[in-house]
Amino acid sequence: MRHIRGVGRVMKYSAFSIFKQGLSGNSGWRPAWREPEPKKHYDVIIVGGGGHGLATAYYLAKNHGITNVAVLEKGYLGSGNVGRNTTIVRANYLLEGNEPFYSHSLRLWEGLEQELNFNAMMSQRGVINLYHSDGQRDAYARRGNAMRLAGEDAELLNREQVRELVPFLDFDNPRFPVHGGLMQRRGGTARHDGVAWGYARGADMRGVDLIQNCEVTSIRREGGRVVGVETSRGFIGCNRLGLAAAGNSGRVAEMAGMRLPIESQVLQAFVSEGIKPFIDQVVTFGAALFYMSQSDKGGLVFGGSLDLYNSYAQRGNLATVESVMEAACAMVPSVSRVKVLRAWGGVMDMSMDGSPIIDATPVEDLYLNCGWCYGGFKATPASGWCFAHLLATGETHELAKAFRLDRFTRGYQIDETGHGAQANLH
Amino acid sequence: MASLITCPHCGVRPKEEFTIRGDAGPVRPAPEAKFAAWDAYVHLRDNRRGRMAEHWQHSGGCRRWLVVERDTFTHEVHGVTDAADHARARAAKPAKARSSKAAKPATAAKTARKPGAGRGKA
Repeated sequence: MRHIRGVGRVMKYSAFSIFKQGLSGNSGWRPAWREPEPKKHYDVIIVGGGGHGLATAYYLAKNHGITNVAVLEKGYLGSGNVGRNTTIVRANYLLEGNEPFYSHSLRLWEGLEQELNFNAMMSQRGVINLYHSDGQRDAYARRGNAMRLAGEDAELLNREQVRELVPFLDFDNPRFPVHGGLMQRRGGTARHDGVAWGYARGADMRGVDLIQNCEVTSIRREGGRVVGVETSRGFIGCNRLGLAAAGNSGRVAEMAGMRLPIESQVLQAFVSEGIKPFIDQVVTFGAALFYMSQSDKGGLVFGGSLDLYNSYAQRGNLATVESVMEAACAMVPSVSRVKVLRAWGGVMDMSMDGSPIIDATPVEDLYLNCGWCYGGFKATPASGWCFAHLLATGETHELAKAFRLDRFTRGYQIDETGHGAQANLH
Repeated sequence: MASLITCPHCGVRPKEEFTIRGDAGPVRPAPEAKFAAWDAYVHLRDNRRGRMAEHWQHSGGCRRWLVVERDTFTHEVHGVTDAADHARARAAKPAKARSSKAAKPATAAKTARKPGAGRGKA
Protein backbone atom coordinates (compact mmCIF):
# COMPACT_ATOMS: atom_id res chain seq x y z
CA MET A 1 0.00 0.00 0.00
CA ARG A 2 1.15 3.50 -0.77
CA HIS A 3 0.08 6.88 0.48
CA ILE A 4 -1.10 9.24 -2.26
CA ARG A 5 -2.20 12.80 -1.66
CA GLY A 6 -5.99 13.10 -1.79
CA VAL A 7 -6.72 9.39 -1.89
CA GLY A 8 -5.01 8.12 1.20
CA ARG A 9 -3.89 4.56 0.96
CA VAL A 10 -4.23 2.86 -2.40
CA MET A 11 -6.17 -0.34 -2.02
CA LYS A 12 -4.93 -3.57 -3.44
CA TYR A 13 -7.78 -5.45 -5.05
CA SER A 14 -8.04 -9.15 -4.26
CA ALA A 15 -10.55 -11.87 -3.48
CA PHE A 16 -9.83 -11.19 0.17
CA SER A 17 -10.60 -7.47 -0.18
CA ILE A 18 -13.97 -8.29 -1.80
CA PHE A 19 -14.75 -10.68 1.04
CA LYS A 20 -13.70 -8.16 3.68
CA GLN A 21 -15.65 -5.31 2.09
CA GLY A 22 -18.65 -7.58 1.72
CA LEU A 23 -18.70 -8.16 5.45
CA SER A 24 -18.55 -4.44 6.18
CA GLY A 25 -21.34 -3.47 3.78
CA ASN A 26 -18.99 -2.38 1.00
CA SER A 27 -18.52 0.94 2.77
CA GLY A 28 -14.74 0.88 2.76
CA TRP A 29 -14.00 1.16 -0.97
CA ARG A 30 -12.05 4.26 -1.89
CA PRO A 31 -11.84 6.09 -5.22
CA ALA A 32 -9.49 4.36 -7.62
CA TRP A 33 -7.73 7.61 -8.51
CA ARG A 34 -7.41 11.22 -7.34
CA GLU A 35 -9.07 14.21 -8.94
CA PRO A 36 -6.24 16.74 -8.78
CA GLU A 37 -6.27 20.39 -9.80
CA PRO A 38 -3.96 20.95 -12.77
CA LYS A 39 -0.46 22.17 -11.88
CA LYS A 40 1.09 25.09 -13.75
CA HIS A 41 3.65 22.98 -15.54
CA TYR A 42 4.36 19.33 -16.34
CA ASP A 43 7.25 17.49 -17.95
CA VAL A 44 4.80 15.76 -20.26
CA ILE A 45 1.17 16.47 -21.07
CA ILE A 46 -0.88 13.87 -22.89
CA VAL A 47 -4.04 15.05 -24.61
CA GLY A 48 -6.71 12.37 -24.47
CA GLY A 49 -7.69 10.28 -21.46
CA GLY A 50 -8.66 7.19 -23.37
CA GLY A 51 -6.95 3.83 -23.46
CA HIS A 52 -3.90 4.99 -25.39
CA GLY A 53 -3.38 8.21 -23.41
CA LEU A 54 -3.72 6.45 -20.06
CA ALA A 55 -1.48 3.56 -21.14
CA THR A 56 1.10 6.09 -22.30
CA ALA A 57 1.02 7.85 -18.93
CA TYR A 58 1.31 4.53 -17.13
CA TYR A 59 4.35 3.38 -19.12
CA LEU A 60 5.98 6.81 -18.90
CA ALA A 61 5.90 6.42 -15.13
CA LYS A 62 6.65 2.73 -14.97
CA ASN A 63 9.20 2.20 -17.76
CA HIS A 64 10.85 5.61 -17.82
CA GLY A 65 10.36 6.98 -14.31
CA ILE A 66 8.69 10.16 -15.61
CA THR A 67 5.89 10.93 -13.20
CA ASN A 68 5.44 14.69 -13.56
CA VAL A 69 2.80 13.93 -16.19
CA ALA A 70 -0.76 15.08 -16.81
CA VAL A 71 -3.43 13.40 -18.90
CA LEU A 72 -6.01 15.93 -20.07
CA GLU A 73 -9.44 14.59 -20.94
CA LYS A 74 -12.26 16.77 -22.26
CA GLY A 75 -14.97 14.48 -20.84
CA TYR A 76 -14.53 11.70 -18.32
CA LEU A 77 -11.81 9.05 -18.49
CA GLY A 78 -12.56 6.44 -21.13
CA SER A 79 -15.48 8.39 -22.61
CA GLY A 80 -14.20 8.11 -26.17
CA ASN A 81 -13.39 5.12 -28.31
CA VAL A 82 -12.05 2.93 -25.52
CA GLY A 83 -15.61 2.80 -24.23
CA ARG A 84 -17.19 2.43 -27.68
CA ASN A 85 -15.48 -0.56 -29.31
CA THR A 86 -16.25 -4.26 -29.59
CA THR A 87 -13.48 -5.29 -27.16
CA ILE A 88 -11.60 -7.62 -29.51
CA VAL A 89 -7.96 -8.40 -28.83
CA ARG A 90 -5.89 -10.13 -31.53
CA ALA A 91 -2.58 -10.04 -33.36
CA ASN A 92 -3.41 -11.43 -36.79
CA TYR A 93 -1.72 -8.99 -39.13
CA LEU A 94 0.13 -9.79 -42.32
CA LEU A 95 2.76 -7.11 -42.80
CA GLU A 96 6.12 -6.78 -41.12
CA GLY A 97 5.49 -3.21 -40.04
CA ASN A 98 2.41 -4.26 -38.10
CA GLU A 99 2.67 -7.81 -36.79
CA PRO A 100 5.59 -7.49 -34.30
CA PHE A 101 3.87 -4.45 -32.77
CA TYR A 102 0.53 -6.22 -32.31
CA SER A 103 2.32 -9.34 -31.14
CA HIS A 104 3.96 -7.31 -28.38
CA SER A 105 0.58 -5.82 -27.58
CA LEU A 106 -1.01 -9.26 -27.18
CA ARG A 107 1.81 -10.32 -24.87
CA LEU A 108 1.23 -7.24 -22.74
CA TRP A 109 -2.49 -8.02 -22.66
CA GLU A 110 -1.70 -11.49 -21.33
CA GLY A 111 0.00 -10.13 -18.23
CA LEU A 112 -2.01 -6.95 -17.88
CA GLU A 113 -4.39 -7.83 -15.08
CA GLN A 114 -1.67 -9.06 -12.75
CA GLU A 115 0.48 -6.08 -13.58
CA LEU A 116 -2.26 -3.53 -13.02
CA ASN A 117 -3.98 -5.41 -10.17
CA PHE A 118 -7.22 -4.74 -12.02
CA ASN A 119 -9.73 -7.13 -13.53
CA ALA A 120 -9.77 -6.35 -17.25
CA MET A 121 -11.74 -9.55 -17.92
CA MET A 122 -9.18 -10.69 -20.46
CA SER A 123 -10.61 -13.77 -22.13
CA GLN A 124 -8.46 -15.63 -24.66
CA ARG A 125 -11.36 -17.36 -26.31
CA GLY A 126 -9.88 -17.41 -29.81
CA VAL A 127 -10.55 -15.42 -32.96
CA ILE A 128 -11.72 -17.22 -36.11
CA ASN A 129 -11.67 -15.54 -39.53
CA LEU A 130 -13.91 -17.52 -41.86
CA TYR A 131 -13.00 -18.16 -45.50
CA HIS A 132 -15.44 -18.91 -48.26
CA SER A 133 -13.36 -19.56 -51.36
CA ASP A 134 -10.09 -21.14 -52.44
CA GLY A 135 -8.53 -17.73 -53.00
CA GLN A 136 -9.53 -16.58 -49.55
CA ARG A 137 -8.14 -19.78 -48.02
CA ASP A 138 -4.81 -19.16 -49.73
CA ALA A 139 -4.77 -15.58 -48.48
CA TYR A 140 -5.43 -16.73 -44.92
CA ALA A 141 -2.79 -19.46 -45.19
CA ARG A 142 -0.34 -16.75 -46.17
CA ARG A 143 -1.47 -14.53 -43.32
CA GLY A 144 -1.23 -17.39 -40.85
CA ASN A 145 2.31 -18.13 -42.00
CA ALA A 146 3.27 -14.48 -41.62
CA MET A 147 1.85 -14.50 -38.09
CA ARG A 148 3.82 -17.62 -37.19
CA LEU A 149 7.00 -16.12 -38.60
CA ALA A 150 6.47 -13.23 -36.20
CA GLY A 151 6.14 -15.68 -33.31
CA GLU A 152 2.35 -15.61 -33.05
CA ASP A 153 0.01 -18.59 -33.01
CA ALA A 154 -2.12 -19.24 -36.07
CA GLU A 155 -3.98 -22.30 -37.23
CA LEU A 156 -5.76 -22.93 -40.51
CA LEU A 157 -8.97 -24.80 -39.75
CA ASN A 158 -10.88 -26.82 -42.34
CA ARG A 159 -14.63 -26.89 -42.63
CA GLU A 160 -15.13 -29.75 -40.18
CA GLN A 161 -12.85 -28.19 -37.58
CA VAL A 162 -14.83 -24.97 -37.79
CA ARG A 163 -18.09 -26.88 -37.61
CA GLU A 164 -16.97 -28.48 -34.39
CA LEU A 165 -16.34 -25.08 -32.79
CA VAL A 166 -19.14 -23.03 -34.33
CA PRO A 167 -21.83 -25.49 -35.50
CA PHE A 168 -24.55 -22.94 -36.13
CA LEU A 169 -22.96 -21.10 -39.06
CA ASP A 170 -24.62 -21.24 -42.48
CA PHE A 171 -22.04 -23.73 -43.83
CA ASP A 172 -23.98 -24.55 -46.99
CA ASN A 173 -24.90 -21.05 -48.00
CA PRO A 174 -25.09 -21.34 -51.80
CA ARG A 175 -23.26 -18.08 -52.43
CA PHE A 176 -20.77 -18.04 -49.54
CA PRO A 177 -20.29 -21.59 -48.20
CA VAL A 178 -17.97 -21.76 -45.18
CA HIS A 179 -14.83 -23.65 -46.23
CA GLY A 180 -12.88 -23.11 -43.02
CA GLY A 181 -11.19 -20.43 -40.98
CA LEU A 182 -7.96 -18.97 -39.71
CA MET A 183 -7.81 -19.21 -35.95
CA GLN A 184 -5.69 -17.39 -33.45
CA ARG A 185 -6.33 -19.14 -30.15
CA ARG A 186 -4.60 -16.51 -28.02
CA GLY A 187 -6.87 -13.78 -29.34
CA GLY A 188 -10.12 -12.96 -27.60
CA THR A 189 -11.84 -10.13 -25.78
CA ALA A 190 -11.21 -7.86 -22.81
CA ARG A 191 -13.39 -5.51 -20.80
CA HIS A 192 -12.96 -2.17 -22.62
CA ASP A 193 -13.65 0.13 -19.66
CA GLY A 194 -11.64 -2.09 -17.35
CA VAL A 195 -8.52 -1.53 -19.41
CA ALA A 196 -8.88 2.25 -19.26
CA TRP A 197 -9.61 2.18 -15.54
CA GLY A 198 -6.75 -0.19 -14.82
CA TYR A 199 -4.24 2.03 -16.62
CA ALA A 200 -5.75 5.14 -15.02
CA ARG A 201 -5.37 3.69 -11.54
CA GLY A 202 -1.86 2.43 -12.29
CA ALA A 203 -0.77 5.81 -13.62
CA ASP A 204 -2.40 7.70 -10.74
CA MET A 205 -0.69 5.45 -8.19
CA ARG A 206 2.64 6.46 -9.70
CA GLY A 207 1.85 10.16 -9.39
CA VAL A 208 0.38 11.02 -12.80
CA ASP A 209 -2.34 13.68 -12.66
CA LEU A 210 -5.51 12.61 -14.47
CA ILE A 211 -7.44 15.77 -15.23
CA GLN A 212 -10.99 15.28 -16.42
CA ASN A 213 -13.41 17.82 -17.89
CA CYS A 214 -10.42 19.69 -19.24
CA GLU A 215 -10.71 20.38 -22.95
CA VAL A 216 -7.66 21.57 -24.84
CA THR A 217 -8.66 24.60 -26.91
CA SER A 218 -5.33 25.54 -28.43
CA ILE A 219 -1.65 24.65 -28.44
CA ARG A 220 0.73 27.45 -27.44
CA ARG A 221 3.97 27.64 -29.37
CA GLU A 222 6.97 29.89 -28.80
CA GLY A 223 9.83 30.02 -31.28
CA GLY A 224 8.53 26.99 -33.15
CA ARG A 225 8.33 24.72 -30.12
CA VAL A 226 5.39 23.75 -27.95
CA VAL A 227 5.28 25.35 -24.50
CA GLY A 228 1.87 24.27 -23.32
CA VAL A 229 -1.84 24.12 -23.96
CA GLU A 230 -4.75 26.45 -23.41
CA THR A 231 -7.57 24.50 -21.83
CA SER A 232 -11.03 25.03 -20.46
CA ARG A 233 -9.28 25.09 -17.06
CA GLY A 234 -6.61 27.61 -18.01
CA PHE A 235 -3.13 27.46 -19.45
CA ILE A 236 -0.97 24.45 -18.56
CA GLY A 237 2.71 24.44 -19.51
CA CYS A 238 4.76 21.43 -20.56
CA ASN A 239 8.13 20.37 -21.93
CA ARG A 240 6.67 17.81 -24.27
CA LEU A 241 3.16 17.37 -25.59
CA GLY A 242 1.71 14.07 -26.76
CA LEU A 243 -1.54 13.92 -28.70
CA ALA A 244 -3.50 10.71 -28.20
CA ALA A 245 -6.92 11.90 -29.26
CA ALA A 246 -7.76 9.36 -31.98
CA GLY A 247 -11.14 10.16 -33.49
CA ASN A 248 -10.45 13.85 -32.98
CA SER A 249 -6.87 13.88 -34.25
CA GLY A 250 -7.82 16.19 -37.10
CA ARG A 251 -9.03 18.81 -34.63
CA VAL A 252 -6.01 18.71 -32.31
CA ALA A 253 -3.58 18.63 -35.25
CA GLU A 254 -5.30 21.71 -36.67
CA MET A 255 -4.41 23.50 -33.43
CA ALA A 256 -0.77 22.87 -34.30
CA GLY A 257 -1.29 23.95 -37.89
CA MET A 258 -0.94 20.45 -39.32
CA ARG A 259 -2.98 18.53 -41.87
CA LEU A 260 -2.92 14.77 -41.39
CA PRO A 261 -3.33 11.79 -43.72
CA ILE A 262 -6.51 10.98 -41.82
CA GLU A 263 -10.28 11.15 -42.25
CA SER A 264 -12.61 10.80 -39.27
CA GLN A 265 -15.37 8.34 -40.00
CA VAL A 266 -18.06 6.69 -37.91
CA LEU A 267 -18.20 2.96 -37.17
CA GLN A 268 -21.26 1.41 -35.56
CA ALA A 269 -21.51 -1.53 -33.19
CA PHE A 270 -24.41 -3.39 -31.65
CA VAL A 271 -25.32 -5.57 -28.71
CA SER A 272 -28.29 -7.90 -28.47
CA GLU A 273 -30.41 -8.93 -25.52
CA GLY A 274 -28.69 -11.39 -23.21
CA ILE A 275 -29.00 -15.01 -24.26
CA LYS A 276 -27.53 -18.27 -22.96
CA PRO A 277 -23.92 -19.11 -23.91
CA PHE A 278 -24.04 -19.41 -27.67
CA ILE A 279 -20.85 -18.31 -29.37
CA ASP A 280 -17.59 -19.17 -27.61
CA GLN A 281 -15.13 -17.34 -29.87
CA VAL A 282 -14.87 -14.13 -31.82
CA VAL A 283 -15.98 -15.05 -35.34
CA THR A 284 -15.49 -12.84 -38.38
CA PHE A 285 -17.35 -13.28 -41.65
CA GLY A 286 -15.24 -13.53 -44.78
CA ALA A 287 -17.99 -12.63 -47.22
CA ALA A 288 -18.72 -9.21 -45.77
CA LEU A 289 -17.19 -7.05 -43.09
CA PHE A 290 -18.89 -8.52 -40.03
CA TYR A 291 -17.79 -9.98 -36.71
CA MET A 292 -19.48 -11.31 -33.61
CA SER A 293 -18.73 -12.43 -30.08
CA GLN A 294 -20.70 -12.84 -26.88
CA SER A 295 -20.20 -10.80 -23.75
CA ASP A 296 -20.02 -12.39 -20.31
CA LYS A 297 -23.47 -10.90 -19.67
CA GLY A 298 -24.83 -12.88 -22.61
CA GLY A 299 -25.34 -10.15 -25.20
CA LEU A 300 -24.12 -10.79 -28.71
CA VAL A 301 -21.63 -8.04 -29.56
CA PHE A 302 -21.27 -7.40 -33.27
CA GLY A 303 -20.42 -4.85 -35.89
CA GLY A 304 -19.68 -4.37 -39.53
CA SER A 305 -18.26 -1.81 -41.87
CA LEU A 306 -17.95 1.94 -41.58
CA ASP A 307 -20.83 4.20 -42.56
CA LEU A 308 -18.38 5.33 -45.27
CA TYR A 309 -18.60 9.10 -44.90
CA ASN A 310 -16.70 11.65 -42.83
CA SER A 311 -18.25 12.11 -39.42
CA TYR A 312 -17.43 13.38 -35.97
CA ALA A 313 -20.81 12.28 -34.61
CA GLN A 314 -20.85 9.22 -32.37
CA ARG A 315 -23.86 7.79 -34.16
CA GLY A 316 -24.51 6.30 -37.56
CA ASN A 317 -27.18 5.77 -40.18
CA LEU A 318 -29.91 3.18 -40.59
CA ALA A 319 -28.70 2.02 -44.01
CA THR A 320 -25.54 0.67 -42.35
CA VAL A 321 -27.57 -0.87 -39.52
CA GLU A 322 -29.57 -2.75 -42.12
CA SER A 323 -26.51 -4.06 -43.95
CA VAL A 324 -24.89 -5.21 -40.69
CA MET A 325 -28.06 -7.08 -39.72
CA GLU A 326 -28.14 -8.71 -43.15
CA ALA A 327 -24.55 -9.86 -42.72
CA ALA A 328 -25.41 -11.20 -39.25
CA CYS A 329 -28.28 -13.27 -40.61
CA ALA A 330 -26.17 -14.48 -43.54
CA MET A 331 -23.41 -15.75 -41.25
CA VAL A 332 -25.57 -17.03 -38.37
CA PRO A 333 -29.18 -17.44 -39.58
CA SER A 334 -30.44 -18.28 -36.10
CA VAL A 335 -29.73 -14.77 -34.78
CA SER A 336 -32.59 -13.40 -36.89
CA ARG A 337 -34.92 -13.80 -33.93
CA VAL A 338 -32.61 -12.20 -31.36
CA LYS A 339 -33.52 -8.66 -30.41
CA VAL A 340 -30.98 -5.88 -30.68
CA LEU A 341 -30.67 -4.00 -27.43
CA ARG A 342 -28.30 -1.14 -28.15
CA ALA A 343 -26.35 0.43 -30.99
CA TRP A 344 -23.63 3.02 -30.84
CA GLY A 345 -21.06 4.71 -33.04
CA GLY A 346 -17.43 5.57 -32.53
CA VAL A 347 -15.37 8.08 -34.48
CA MET A 348 -12.40 6.44 -36.19
CA ASP A 349 -9.16 8.02 -37.30
CA MET A 350 -9.08 6.38 -40.74
CA SER A 351 -5.55 6.75 -42.06
CA MET A 352 -4.65 6.62 -45.74
CA ASP A 353 -3.07 3.16 -45.50
CA GLY A 354 -5.08 1.67 -42.65
CA SER A 355 -2.14 1.72 -40.23
CA PRO A 356 -1.44 4.00 -37.26
CA ILE A 357 1.01 6.83 -36.67
CA ILE A 358 3.26 7.10 -33.60
CA ASP A 359 5.82 9.75 -34.37
CA ALA A 360 7.36 13.14 -33.71
CA THR A 361 5.89 16.02 -35.73
CA PRO A 362 7.49 18.92 -37.59
CA VAL A 363 6.60 21.04 -34.54
CA GLU A 364 9.29 20.68 -31.90
CA ASP A 365 8.26 18.83 -28.73
CA LEU A 366 4.93 17.83 -30.23
CA TYR A 367 4.33 14.10 -30.61
CA LEU A 368 1.51 12.32 -32.34
CA ASN A 369 -0.33 9.08 -31.69
CA CYS A 370 -3.23 8.65 -34.12
CA GLY A 371 -4.64 6.89 -37.17
CA TRP A 372 -5.80 3.73 -35.40
CA CYS A 373 -8.62 3.09 -37.84
CA TYR A 374 -10.79 0.47 -36.17
CA GLY A 375 -7.92 -1.43 -34.62
CA GLY A 376 -7.09 0.82 -31.71
CA PHE A 377 -8.43 -1.21 -28.82
CA LYS A 378 -6.18 -4.25 -29.21
CA ALA A 379 -3.23 -1.93 -29.70
CA THR A 380 -3.75 -0.08 -26.40
CA PRO A 381 -0.88 -1.60 -24.37
CA ALA A 382 1.74 -1.51 -27.13
CA SER A 383 0.62 1.93 -28.27
CA GLY A 384 1.13 3.27 -24.75
CA TRP A 385 4.44 1.39 -24.51
CA CYS A 386 5.85 2.82 -27.75
CA PHE A 387 4.41 6.32 -27.35
CA ALA A 388 5.84 6.55 -23.82
CA HIS A 389 9.22 5.52 -25.24
CA LEU A 390 8.97 8.24 -27.89
CA LEU A 391 7.93 10.91 -25.38
CA ALA A 392 10.62 9.93 -22.89
CA THR A 393 13.55 9.49 -25.24
CA GLY A 394 12.59 11.41 -28.37
CA GLU A 395 13.45 8.23 -30.30
CA THR A 396 11.03 5.99 -32.17
CA HIS A 397 10.57 2.61 -30.54
CA GLU A 398 11.82 -0.35 -32.54
CA LEU A 399 8.31 -1.85 -32.73
CA ALA A 400 6.77 1.39 -34.04
CA LYS A 401 9.50 2.23 -36.51
CA ALA A 402 7.16 1.69 -39.46
CA PHE A 403 4.47 3.99 -38.02
CA ARG A 404 6.13 7.19 -39.21
CA LEU A 405 4.16 10.29 -40.15
CA ASP A 406 6.17 10.90 -43.30
CA ARG A 407 5.82 7.35 -44.65
CA PHE A 408 3.11 8.48 -47.07
CA THR A 409 5.41 11.08 -48.63
CA ARG A 410 8.29 8.59 -48.78
CA GLY A 411 6.16 5.81 -50.23
CA TYR A 412 6.44 3.41 -47.28
CA GLN A 413 2.76 2.85 -46.58
CA ILE A 414 1.74 -0.16 -44.48
CA ASP A 415 -1.29 -1.11 -46.49
CA GLU A 416 -2.67 -4.40 -45.10
CA THR A 417 -5.58 -4.54 -47.51
CA GLY A 418 -3.86 -3.08 -50.57
CA HIS A 419 -6.59 -0.51 -51.12
CA GLY A 420 -4.39 2.54 -51.64
CA ALA A 421 -4.97 6.04 -50.35
CA GLN A 422 -8.73 5.85 -49.82
CA ALA A 423 -9.18 6.12 -46.08
CA ASN A 424 -12.55 4.44 -45.70
CA LEU A 425 -11.62 1.31 -47.66
CA HIS A 426 -9.13 0.10 -45.06
CA MET B 1 -28.26 12.64 -41.72
CA ALA B 2 -31.12 14.23 -43.56
CA SER B 3 -33.25 11.47 -45.02
CA LEU B 4 -34.17 13.58 -48.04
CA ILE B 5 -31.67 15.17 -50.38
CA THR B 6 -32.59 17.77 -52.96
CA CYS B 7 -30.91 16.85 -56.22
CA PRO B 8 -30.56 19.94 -58.45
CA HIS B 9 -31.81 17.83 -61.36
CA CYS B 10 -34.31 15.39 -59.87
CA GLY B 11 -35.72 17.25 -56.88
CA VAL B 12 -36.28 15.78 -53.44
CA ARG B 13 -35.09 12.17 -53.24
CA PRO B 14 -34.36 9.69 -50.43
CA LYS B 15 -30.68 9.73 -49.47
CA GLU B 16 -30.36 5.98 -50.15
CA GLU B 17 -30.33 6.88 -53.86
CA PHE B 18 -27.00 8.65 -53.40
CA THR B 19 -23.46 7.31 -53.07
CA ILE B 20 -20.94 9.32 -51.06
CA ARG B 21 -17.48 9.52 -52.60
CA GLY B 22 -15.82 11.79 -50.03
CA ASP B 23 -14.04 15.10 -49.51
CA ALA B 24 -14.51 17.49 -52.43
CA GLY B 25 -11.79 19.77 -51.09
CA PRO B 26 -8.67 18.31 -52.75
CA VAL B 27 -8.27 19.42 -56.37
CA ARG B 28 -6.24 17.26 -58.72
CA PRO B 29 -2.96 19.06 -59.45
CA ALA B 30 -1.64 19.63 -62.94
CA PRO B 31 0.29 16.63 -64.29
CA GLU B 32 3.55 18.58 -64.04
CA ALA B 33 2.85 19.92 -60.54
CA LYS B 34 5.52 19.57 -57.86
CA PHE B 35 5.76 16.34 -55.85
CA ALA B 36 4.56 18.07 -52.69
CA ALA B 37 1.32 19.13 -54.40
CA TRP B 38 0.60 15.55 -55.47
CA ASP B 39 1.50 14.20 -52.04
CA ALA B 40 -0.92 16.64 -50.40
CA TYR B 41 -3.66 15.85 -52.92
CA VAL B 42 -3.39 12.08 -52.43
CA HIS B 43 -2.75 11.93 -48.68
CA LEU B 44 -3.55 15.04 -46.67
CA ARG B 45 -7.03 16.09 -45.59
CA ASP B 46 -8.51 19.03 -43.72
CA ASN B 47 -10.79 16.52 -41.99
CA ARG B 48 -12.75 19.32 -40.39
CA ARG B 49 -15.47 19.02 -37.84
CA GLY B 50 -18.25 21.19 -39.20
CA ARG B 51 -19.24 22.12 -42.73
CA MET B 52 -17.54 20.15 -45.45
CA ALA B 53 -18.01 19.87 -49.20
CA GLU B 54 -18.36 16.30 -50.41
CA HIS B 55 -18.66 14.54 -53.72
CA TRP B 56 -21.85 12.53 -53.96
CA GLN B 57 -23.22 10.70 -56.96
CA HIS B 58 -26.94 10.41 -57.54
CA SER B 59 -26.35 6.77 -58.45
CA GLY B 60 -30.00 5.77 -58.09
CA GLY B 61 -31.24 8.72 -60.13
CA CYS B 62 -29.74 11.01 -62.74
CA ARG B 63 -26.21 9.63 -62.05
CA ARG B 64 -24.81 13.18 -62.01
CA TRP B 65 -21.95 13.96 -59.67
CA LEU B 66 -22.94 16.49 -57.04
CA VAL B 67 -21.24 18.52 -54.36
CA VAL B 68 -23.11 18.30 -51.09
CA GLU B 69 -22.29 20.63 -48.27
CA ARG B 70 -22.77 18.70 -45.07
CA ASP B 71 -21.92 19.20 -41.43
CA THR B 72 -19.71 16.34 -40.24
CA PHE B 73 -20.84 16.74 -36.65
CA THR B 74 -24.60 17.36 -36.90
CA HIS B 75 -24.96 15.49 -40.24
CA GLU B 76 -27.12 18.37 -41.45
CA VAL B 77 -27.12 18.97 -45.21
CA HIS B 78 -26.79 22.63 -46.12
CA GLY B 79 -26.71 22.64 -49.89
CA VAL B 80 -26.45 20.55 -53.03
CA THR B 81 -24.79 21.74 -56.24
CA ASP B 82 -24.02 20.02 -59.50
CA ALA B 83 -20.31 19.15 -59.46
CA ALA B 84 -19.75 20.89 -62.80
CA ASP B 85 -21.27 24.13 -61.46
CA HIS B 86 -19.20 23.75 -58.32
CA ALA B 87 -16.00 23.33 -60.35
CA ARG B 88 -16.84 26.38 -62.48
CA ALA B 89 -17.52 28.47 -59.40
CA ARG B 90 -14.24 27.29 -57.90
CA ALA B 91 -12.29 27.99 -61.10
CA ALA B 92 -13.71 31.53 -61.15
CA LYS B 93 -12.18 32.21 -57.74
CA PRO B 94 -8.55 33.28 -57.47
CA ALA B 95 -6.14 30.44 -56.76
CA LYS B 96 -5.16 31.80 -53.35
CA ALA B 97 -8.66 31.59 -51.89
CA ARG B 98 -9.07 28.18 -53.46
CA SER B 99 -6.14 26.46 -51.81
CA SER B 100 -6.70 27.68 -48.28
CA LYS B 101 -9.89 26.08 -47.02
CA ALA B 102 -11.93 23.26 -48.48
CA ALA B 103 -15.34 24.35 -47.24
CA LYS B 104 -15.23 27.90 -48.56
CA PRO B 105 -15.71 27.29 -52.29
CA ALA B 106 -18.71 25.13 -51.50
CA THR B 107 -20.33 27.99 -49.63
CA ALA B 108 -19.78 30.23 -52.63
CA ALA B 109 -21.18 27.65 -55.02
CA LYS B 110 -24.22 27.15 -52.87
CA THR B 111 -25.24 30.75 -53.15
CA ALA B 112 -25.19 30.38 -56.91
CA ARG B 113 -27.79 27.66 -56.68
CA LYS B 114 -29.94 27.49 -53.56
CA PRO B 115 -30.51 24.05 -52.03
CA GLY B 116 -34.19 24.00 -52.91
CA ALA B 117 -33.68 25.18 -56.47
CA GLY B 118 -34.20 21.73 -57.98
CA ARG B 119 -37.55 21.32 -56.36
CA GLY B 120 -39.43 23.18 -59.09
CA LYS B 121 -38.25 20.75 -61.73
CA ALA B 122 -39.34 17.63 -59.87
